[in-house]
Amino acid sequence: MAHLAVNPWIPFAYLVAGVCFILALRGLSSPATSRAGNRYGMFGMTIAVVTTLVTHEIASLPEIIGAIAVGGVIGFITARKIKMTDMPQLVAAFHSLVGLAAVLVGLAAYLNPIAFGIAGADGIIEPQSRVEMGLGIAIGAITFSGSIIAFLKLAGKMSGSPILLPGRHVINLGTLIAILGLVGYFTQDQSQWIIVTITVLSFLIGFLLIVPIGGADMPVVVSMLNSYSGWAAAAMGFTLHNTAMIITGALVGSSGAILSYIMCKAMNRGFLSVIAGGFGADAGAGGGAGGAPKEQRPWKRGSAEDAAFIMKEAENVIIIPGYGMAVAQAQHVLREMGDQLKKHGVNVKYAIHPVAGRMPGHMNVLLAEANVPYDEVFELEDINGEFAQADVAFIIGANDVVNPAARTDKSSPIYGMPVFDVDKAKTVFFIKRSMGGVGYAGVDNDVFYMDQTMMLLADAKKMVEEINKALAD
Amino acid sequence: MDFISILSIFVMACFVGYYVVWSVTPALHTPLMAVTNAISSVIVVGALVAAAAAGSPAAKWLGLVAVALASVNIFGGFAVTERMLAMYKKKDKGPAKANSGGSKH
Repeated sequence: MAHLAVNPWIPFAYLVAGVCFILALRGLSSPATSRAGNRYGMFGMTIAVVTTLVTHEIASLPEIIGAIAVGGVIGFITARKIKMTDMPQLVAAFHSLVGLAAVLVGLAAYLNPIAFGIAGADGIIEPQSRVEMGLGIAIGAITFSGSIIAFLKLAGKMSGSPILLPGRHVINLGTLIAILGLVGYFTQDQSQWIIVTITVLSFLIGFLLIVPIGGADMPVVVSMLNSYSGWAAAAMGFTLHNTAMIITGALVGSSGAILSYIMCKAMNRGFLSVIAGGFGADAGAGGGAGGAPKEQRPWKRGSAEDAAFIMKEAENVIIIPGYGMAVAQAQHVLREMGDQLKKHGVNVKYAIHPVAGRMPGHMNVLLAEANVPYDEVFELEDINGEFAQADVAFIIGANDVVNPAARTDKSSPIYGMPVFDVDKAKTVFFIKRSMGGVGYAGVDNDVFYMDQTMMLLADAKKMVEEINKALAD
Repeated sequence: MDFISILSIFVMACFVGYYVVWSVTPALHTPLMAVTNAISSVIVVGALVAAAAAGSPAAKWLGLVAVALASVNIFGGFAVTERMLAMYKKKDKGPAKANSGGSKH
């Protein structure tokens, strides 16, 4: 115990680890520096782990090495095998592990407070540490059960449709108040039933909070749970007086909060209304639900040959991929199409809406995997001014993000959402399975019926393959 | 460390986090989530303390399970981030493209 307090190098080492984690995130400001950033992250983690191991009396080194090895191998293999389209589920699953680990650490600290230096020899835990412990366990448990639900919804193992319990707001609010009340009471009485009840109620509330949220809002949910996992780590850092954990918790907490904000803004949804839930159809994507457009309006059907001919002659082509493209696994053939067009001297750019994928930045990863250079990929605000000069807007697997109703129709459910101004392009190609389906929001899209639009009705991958064939001829 | 110094570190780190995360390019938001996942597993420090300490077998086993869970995240999180970041490539700057480089601006 004594050497813990004396050696000034220990807090210094944890501080260095914390700084490494800041640099890890800092590196992500550009793809060019990102890999160095990731190395800083690994280095920081190594420092934190080694410092902990060498400064504690270890009664069970083989078991610890075994636990690290088992976890490490599982993690490493999963990371190598996971498909990029499944990244949102993986991240949700990882969040749940952080949450559960936080709960277990909190419970262990309750059972053996002397080892954590938060209790005197009599085993009475300091009241302040009890609050930190209680909150850490609560946030960790919410992160765990919430992430499990998010994982099941994203992996399609559970319906993406919102499940709405009657009186859920009252139940949720009551449970939250009960948890906070118990954390308060815990400072007076460190009985085991209190910490156990806090844990159970928090598992329950995490479940209740995420179940009513629909598949379309999952990008916000995943970001929000990212934030929670950070706050859980920070709370544990307070309990353990550990700088590395506090810095990391604050970084991860802010990161998730900012990403949630960006996602909400991109969908023009209030954070509270996302949390309240009930919005959005099934996560199965592609807009399977929804009936035929209310009124029959004339639209033009194009062919792969039309698309190939017009794009070959074009100067500027902007491709707008949506999640439907990933569902159809069309990203590789799409990149081949881009390559062929470039050979014809066409200037090809990709336009990515923040909610194009199932999590923030997901579409960028999918395009990067298909070898699309990142300097051909542009964000909404950077490219939206260019549609007026574009000869072709090529929409593949996207719908709501190009719907002009978001700008003009105040009664539309997506009104106010930032969208691509594809209606300004000279020609619009719109790949879609059929004219029946509509986007997540269940609204008709005026782009289908514009004079300059040609609908390419087919499976996205097959259509692009045909276009590629026509381009090669 | 007293509470106020810890709180100061926390508040400052929140500000650092705020500015650092806003400077992350949106194209890397998925790797950002993966790497934040990995680093939030620094909670392994607490798990190691619990697993290493003698005194309470229950706490030790909770700690060991937490060490394993956090290790999944640490190895998995960094490895998957590395895998994603390796895919981000710039346009080929081969000889065929060299002459078209100037046309951009």
